[in-house]
Amino acid sequence: MNSLDLARWQFAITTVYHFIFVPITIGTGFLVAGLQTAWYRTSKPHYLRATKFFGKLFLINFAMGVVTGIVQEFQFGMNWSSYSRFVGDIFGAPLAMEGLLAFFLESTFLGIWIFGWDRLPKKLHLASIWAASFGTLFSAYFILAANAWMQHPVGYTMNTARGRAELTDIFKVLTQNTALASFGHTIPAAFFTAGAFVAGVSAYLLIKNRDVTMARSTARLGFITVIVAFILVAVTGDLTARIMTTQQPMKMAAAEALYSSEANAPFSLFTIGTLDGSRSVFQIDLPGVLSFMSTGSTNGVVEGINDLQNKYAQQFGAGDYTPNIPIAYWGFRFMIGFGFLALLFSLIALYRINRNELPKGKWFLPAMISMPFLPLLANSFGWIFTENARQPWAVFGLIKTADGVSPAVGAGSVAFTLVVFTLLYGVLAIIEFGLMLRAIKVGPETFDRPIEDVAVGGDSDRTLTMAY
Amino acid sequence: MTFNTFWFIVIAVLWIGYFILEGFDFGVGMLLKAVAKDQAERRAVLTTLGPVWDGNEVWLLVAGGATFAAFPEWYATLFSGFYLPLFLILLALIVRGVAFEYRSKYGDKQWRARWDNAIVVASFLPALLWGVAFANIVRGVPLEKKNGVIEYAGGFFNLLNPYALLGGVVTLTVFLTHGAIFLSLKTDGAIRERARALVTKIGLVAAVATVAFLGITTVAFNDKHEVYALAFIVALSWLAALQFNLKGREGYSFLFSSIALAFAVITLFTALYPNVMPSSLLESASLNITNASSTDYTLKVMTIVALILTPIVLIYQGWTYWVFRKRVSAKQISTPEVGVLDRINP
Ligand code: HDD
Ligand code: HEM
Ligand code: HEM
Repeated sequence: MNSLDLARWQFAITTVYHFIFVPITIGTGFLVAGLQTAWYRTSKPHYLRATKFFGKLFLINFAMGVVTGIVQEFQFGMNWSSYSRFVGDIFGAPLAMEGLLAFFLESTFLGIWIFGWDRLPKKLHLASIWAASFGTLFSAYFILAANAWMQHPVGYTMNTARGRAELTDIFKVLTQNTALASFGHTIPAAFFTAGAFVAGVSAYLLIKNRDVTMARSTARLGFITVIVAFILVAVTGDLTARIMTTQQPMKMAAAEALYSSEANAPFSLFTIGTLDGSRSVFQIDLPGVLSFMSTGSTNGVVEGINDLQNKYAQQFGAGDYTPNIPIAYWGFRFMIGFGFLALLFSLIALYRINRNELPKGKWFLPAMISMPFLPLLANSFGWIFTENARQPWAVFGLIKTADGVSPAVGAGSVAFTLVVFTLLYGVLAIIEFGLMLRAIKVGPETFDRPIEDVAVGGDSDRTLTMAY
Repeated sequence: MTFNTFWFIVIAVLWIGYFILEGFDFGVGMLLKAVAKDQAERRAVLTTLGPVWDGNEVWLLVAGGATFAAFPEWYATLFSGFYLPLFLILLALIVRGVAFEYRSKYGDKQWRARWDNAIVVASFLPALLWGVAFANIVRGVPLEKKNGVIEYAGGFFNLLNPYALLGGVVTLTVFLTHGAIFLSLKTDGAIRERARALVTKIGLVAAVATVAFLGITTVAFNDKHEVYALAFIVALSWLAALQFNLKGREGYSFLFSSIALAFAVITLFTALYPNVMPSSLLESASLNITNASSTDYTLKVMTIVALILTPIVLIYQGWTYWVFRKRVSAKQISTPEVGVLDRINP
């Protein structure tokens, strides 16, 4: 492998890994804030138990989100220096804004929240988790705007003398429809993930008959979050697909492995056969659906891969403009499929819980245990599809991935860091997973000492409720 | 003042914030085993960092992001050039963050001892390597111009020259002292006494290393008279910090060690200006605030953003330190041997 392939693997592994923790942080932060607000308003003890219990799980996850994010911040410079030079004038701005507006907010107020139980009046303490949660939203917005610019560059001019793209309109970059759609799709997906996480854990407690009062209410919260979030995910996913078809038609063609342009194009749910499009052995088709997804009408014409390849070769010069079709095809279906599966489990479980049945049945426990994992898979496949089907471009139409890699870094160095990061991430995954399981087994705590309202700063003689 | 100069100053300010804040984090991490003997003490020491370490680290992330936005060529050349040292720093930062959060979850002795070792090593490495990196930037490294692009042309061992290693010793010992001062300010009882005793011992070593390092720097940049004056301020503030510590005035001691750190960064950036990464091979292959920068439009946008947001960030980060102003002592840690994940709840 050359340094290009290694750098791509490194980027893929480290971002997909980062994005395991990201959606849990974004969604669970808000759910915990909601639970704490419920406790603040009603003083019901099971809301406090829920806040502390899911707060603990949230923090185990958050630590991993933070440390894996640090690598991302520097990876553009380390492995992709030519890319960084080319886009820095535009791309750096949202990244810097993310740090200044979002990372400071979330890290500072989360620190206050974790250690603030004995140091702040209840109201300010509650406000701190809301502040941290909004921090995660800002963070997502800026980084997604940066990513959207790579999918669909706007608000720039080319400076050929310096060989780089230069910013002309920051508002276009931050408010173009690609960015808004991506934010609108990714944030509900994060809530979907967090809902499934909270629901799966709560259902497990219910099955084991532990703290049923709390578990029943958080299970309901989780399942409802999943269902509402899925509707939003589907609506914005549809919107995203339409935007994508006009901006990156090749991506849509790849998603369906559609080789020649077609009107009233079907969407295949499942294919057995050859994905190079020569023939399919067995295929379930939904007639007109692909046309509808891409254009909003079942009779719309969807451009095919071969036609697009010829068009791009004329526009950008000879070369291969076709992404990896199996990854695009299956990535797209796995995203939707794993999402649907989690939705289905949620609908059934919510129905049962609402009828006050303690869920039983052989399939129920494994289904609930799989709940937190299904959206994680959907997210990963969503990103793998989005990023991989943009290839060969790093920034669509402007710079190819192959031209973005650092010339001064040898393949040996990239291989070395790739191996070490991967090993370290593997070890950390085992540790994190072990802690999560253990925390779930330990279960929600009961509190004999009432939480008192203290003045800002607290008092230095009392024992601390939270210490590292 | 041009936007380019303004952003050069902004980046310097971000590094000042980073060195003052994560500087004491690194110091406290390295001293963990030296100043805290039992579980209650260890946990008290870590609790002084608990609410702030991540906020402190964000100064680095913003310094990185701001460099990317304002001087993309600098960002690209620096981080691809200093590849392995930066990689080691990233590894250490990953391990450290996780170690803080996970260490006390279980009571198991071996589990905790491993994470404690991890904290010490992962605080030591960046404390040393940031000094090495900065000394190399100021000294100049082999940069070449190929096809109009300036790239690092040295290897890893180029970065390990005596001047740079001395720079590493400076940040290492200065952060150790700064961390000890922070601990004497934020803890009580035996930890506070041990930390205070360490300040003078390590602080004098740091003073010698710093004077030697800044001495070489001022001689090398003897056309810049400001550098002399600034280096002098660093030395004076440092001695004031040590003196206040001896008198038991911990707040002032911390203030002056912070001032010393701030002026040390200012000295280096002044020596550097208007270059951002001088080339040791060829003057024309140096990166400076003009040929490394973004367009005026981008710098203007970023200026507006920075002017609005920075004061807000300073206010709420300052408020955190106010909220957690009380000292932490070992006796406040109830059941220090037990981790939250040790007992199963009914
Ligand atoms: C849609 C959301 C999203 C996406 C696409 C990314 N991140 Fe992320 N990131 C977050 C959402 C997020 C977050 C929710 O804000 C995190 C997760 C856990 C956390 O602590 O904050 C975070 C943490 C986080 C941190 C640590 C912040 C701290 O110390 O508090 C850094 C430096 C980055 N990220 C950088 C990146 C970069 C350079 C990315 C692009 C490749 C990236 N993230 C993708
Ligand atoms: C956290 C969510 C993200 C995930 C899971 C993700 C996933 C991926 C994957 C799987 C690849 C490899 C594609 C391939 O080589 O086949 C990739 C590449 C890349 N992505 Fe993303 N990405 C994410 C966010 C971003 C963001 C926000 C940016 C920019 C701000 C970005 C920029 C890049 C770049 C520069 C590459 C390298 C070029 C390439 O190999 O395609 N990614 N990403
Ligand atoms: C219900 C039907 C869904 C549709 C029609 C849909 C559609 C899409 C489309 C078209 C993209 C590509 C965007 C681009 O490349 O510009 C995408 C990306 C993505 N999807 Fe979905 N999706 C669906 C469900 C889900 C679910 C259930 C999840 C996760 C819980 C999910 C998570 C993601 C993520 C994380 C991305 C990458 C980020 C982005 O580009 O916005 N999607 N989706």
